[in-house]
Amino acid sequence: MTAVTEPQAPAVGGQLATFWLDGDLYGVEVAHVQEVLRSQGLTRVPLAPAAVAGLINLRGQVVTAIELRERLGRPPRPEGIDAVVIVVRLHGEAVSLLVDAIADVVDVDPADFEAPPDTLDGSARELIRGAFKLDGQLLLALDVQKAVSA
Amino acid sequence: MDGLDDIVEEFLVESHENLDQLDTDLVALEQEPDSRERLSSIFRTIHTIKGTSGFLAFHRLEEVTHVGENMLSRLRDGALALTPTRTSVLLQMVDTVRSLLASIEATGGEGSVDVSAVVAAISAAMEDAPVPAAPVPAEQPAAEEPALEEAPVAAAPEAAQSLVPAPAPAVEVPSPVSETRVPASRREPVLEAPEHAEADTPAADAAGGQARRAVADSTIRVDVDLLDELMLLVGELVLTRNQIVQYVGRSNDTDLVRASQRLNLIASELQEGVMKTRMQPIDHIWSKLPRVVRDLGLQCGKSVRLEMEGRDTELDKTLLEAVKDPLTHLVRNSVDHGIEAPEDRRAAGKPTEGVLTLRAKHESGQVVVEVADDGAGIDPAKVGAKAVERGLITADALARTSPADVLQMIFLPGFSTAAAVTNVSGRGVGMDVVKTNIESIGGTIEVESVPGEGTVCRLRIPLTLAIVPALTVECAGDRYAIPQISLQELVSLDAEKAATAVEEVGGAPVYRLRGELLPLVRLTDVLGLTSDRHDGHVVIAVLRSEGRRFGLVVDRVINTEEIVVKAVGGQLKAIGLYSGATVLGDGTVALILDVQALARRALRAETNERQESRLAALSAAATDTERQRMLLAAIGGGRRVAIPLDTVTRLEQVRTESVERVGNREVVQYRGAILPIVRLDRHLGAYGESDHEVLEVIVYSDHGRSVAIVVEEILDIVDGEAAVRSDIDDMGLLGSAVLGDKVTELLDVRAAILAADPAFYSAPVTPAGVPASLLEA
Repeated sequence: MTAVTEPQAPAVGGQLATFWLDGDLYGVEVAHVQEVLRSQGLTRVPLAPAAVAGLINLRGQVVTAIELRERLGRPPRPEGIDAVVIVVRLHGEAVSLLVDAIADVVDVDPADFEAPPDTLDGSARELIRGAFKLDGQLLLALDVQKAVSA
Repeated sequence: MDGLDDIVEEFLVESHENLDQLDTDLVALEQEPDSRERLSSIFRTIHTIKGTSGFLAFHRLEEVTHVGENMLSRLRDGALALTPTRTSVLLQMVDTVRSLLASIEATGGEGSVDVSAVVAAISAAMEDAPVPAAPVPAEQPAAEEPALEEAPVAAAPEAAQSLVPAPAPAVEVPSPVSETRVPASRREPVLEAPEHAEADTPAADAAGGQARRAVADSTIRVDVDLLDELMLLVGELVLTRNQIVQYVGRSNDTDLVRASQRLNLIASELQEGVMKTRMQPIDHIWSKLPRVVRDLGLQCGKSVRLEMEGRDTELDKTLLEAVKDPLTHLVRNSVDHGIEAPEDRRAAGKPTEGVLTLRAKHESGQVVVEVADDGAGIDPAKVGAKAVERGLITADALARTSPADVLQMIFLPGFSTAAAVTNVSGRGVGMDVVKTNIESIGGTIEVESVPGEGTVCRLRIPLTLAIVPALTVECAGDRYAIPQISLQELVSLDAEKAATAVEEVGGAPVYRLRGELLPLVRLTDVLGLTSDRHDGHVVIAVLRSEGRRFGLVVDRVINTEEIVVKAVGGQLKAIGLYSGATVLGDGTVALILDVQALARRALRAETNERQESRLAALSAAATDTERQRMLLAAIGGGRRVAIPLDTVTRLEQVRTESVERVGNREVVQYRGAILPIVRLDRHLGAYGESDHEVLEVIVYSDHGRSVAIVVEEILDIVDGEAAVRSDIDDMGLLGSAVLGDKVTELLDVRAAILAADPAFYSAPVTPAGVPASLLEA
């Protein structure tokens, strides 16, 4: 951790919509988030990559749902916990992320930013831009772009 | 006299719009006289009108626009500078053009509009040009003289302000035109001019008296994007309608039911209406083909008559655009390769003039477009040979392909139909591109041909891309949509029937559909799922793709509904099995199966594997199965086997008691030699009664060695060529075919012979004529 902790491009502060996933707190830029929905009926897609949980009907629009637990190499969500759907919009296309629970929108300070902790394993490391050190909690900044390009 | 023909009408609409633009351009031009761009735009507009009017024989219109064009071209080239006077005469010209167009619109002719004055005025305004292009009339008005002095001066800003009155002096130019032309306000001539014209011309009254809406007012141009958006919204409405109708179906509230029925009706009509706004007659793309055919015919030294049926068949604009190039290619192909040279035609007893027929019609929610010629046709044998030569198919696989399927190979990438690459076709834009283009819009293409009589290429194109009728099916608890365009029929078999009707040969299921073997593909297998149907019922959706039929086995058929195709994200496109997704009536998302991809994936993978494993076995058996005659024999248990006739040397009857044993093999003494016997029923695992007194024996001899193949009964000799083959095989079989309405197994003769005499093909013949292998045994 030298002074060259110049994080990759958009480490600026601003607002992150945060959510819980397997006990960790993650955040995505508020600007990307279109809406948050309760668990939806999913249509599975046979032969799709494992991270594709299925398709949801978002008011007549068909949106691909990415299981973020799978994407980040976490164990499957325990039975009985319904996923929360975060719909993000990238390049005009809506994609949704399945997470455990939604949390607050947090104002983050670039000064608190650090590169991804070394403890993160390979697949997750690519999807995490870095961590914001909040009081008593690390907030992992998710690279939405990479996360949805399953 | 029921109005104008389409070309004139289109010309009018276009010209009116162009003239409005021209007004704006000319006015703007005064402000920035050096704008090349505007001058060029004006020039183009006038040039277009001139060109079309010349073509439509409106000579006065042509005359006016011609001088106008001359002036504009010099202005554009910088040989003349734009002065207010010149602007005025140009505007004057525009007005005259308007009057002429109004007259044409009202009466179909140029009426009494006189153009000489304007022509004179324009010519005069060009006077000081180095070379006057138009003849200068004698009574050139002196009033224009001052303008010429102004000419070298660039238009001053005040000139622009004096712009509105500018046309006024133009009216004063002494000419008979002034009664017809509408002065000053240039926004009105379109509406007013017809009245003038009507007063002058009796023809207008003959047109029916009833005031017809001016052409320019009866149509509007709408941005295609807006129509797309409307289409999208209507799609959503249709979906919502589906949901409501489904929901209301469970309700007892009669008012609600009535309202929903009404909604249903209106939504359908709206959908139809919006679809219509995007529809254009296919003639839009056909109209260019007569020229193509003519030029090409001349070039190839062929005389070809083009006939068109159903030119007003409409289809979606985007689809029309997408079909244009493939269609042109097919037409070129027909002229170049399909229709023979006149002398060849005469020799074949046909009229020297070839006929190329384009047909379009609506058929069950699709548009069917045919390109048919009465030319030489395509010889499947040649196509097959070429395909083998190019390595697109093995000779062995080819032998088992029906001629109709062989023809479809012209659509394979890497296959060029042109024996010699000509200037016309065979330039790399092959039939595979045509096919890809057609498939990319959800259409299909197939070719039929009778050698010597002609070829028909048939395109099936959906009416529209956004909303397609589809069949929804269930598989492993999920629903999938299959576009109706690929669907041919549905077959439902109850457990009892399925047990016998679905025949499994070599592990691959087939169903005998009216005498044809239909390879079956289980959707659950393709998708890697497990069927939740355990009652033995079999539901088969008979699909057609790339000229091949196959049956898709699904769990259940739900219903047919109109679905709105939604694009799926990149991750799902990459799977290559789904062409999109849709939202069904109850709000759930269903994947739309890509039938082409499904067929490719399920059928080819399977056949390729089989083809390879069978290659070795086939080498000795007749590879040239084309037009092969087959001996049909029963082998017991109701099974029938076909044996290529050229592997049969003699048919004999042998008394059962004369069969002797050598080791564990059966032999019979035959013409002074020992003949090893193979009982086909045992060889192939069929068990017939073996207590016949006389054995029917097929003797096969090669290089002095013979074997005897015992069958239960010799049935018939048939022509194997017409048979439909399938790739299902089993031990000792090459596959199966329908011969004489029954599934018949094709015997792997080599394997059968080797069963009787393992050394038949390799061991030397012993002096006594006894197979070496028997001596060892």
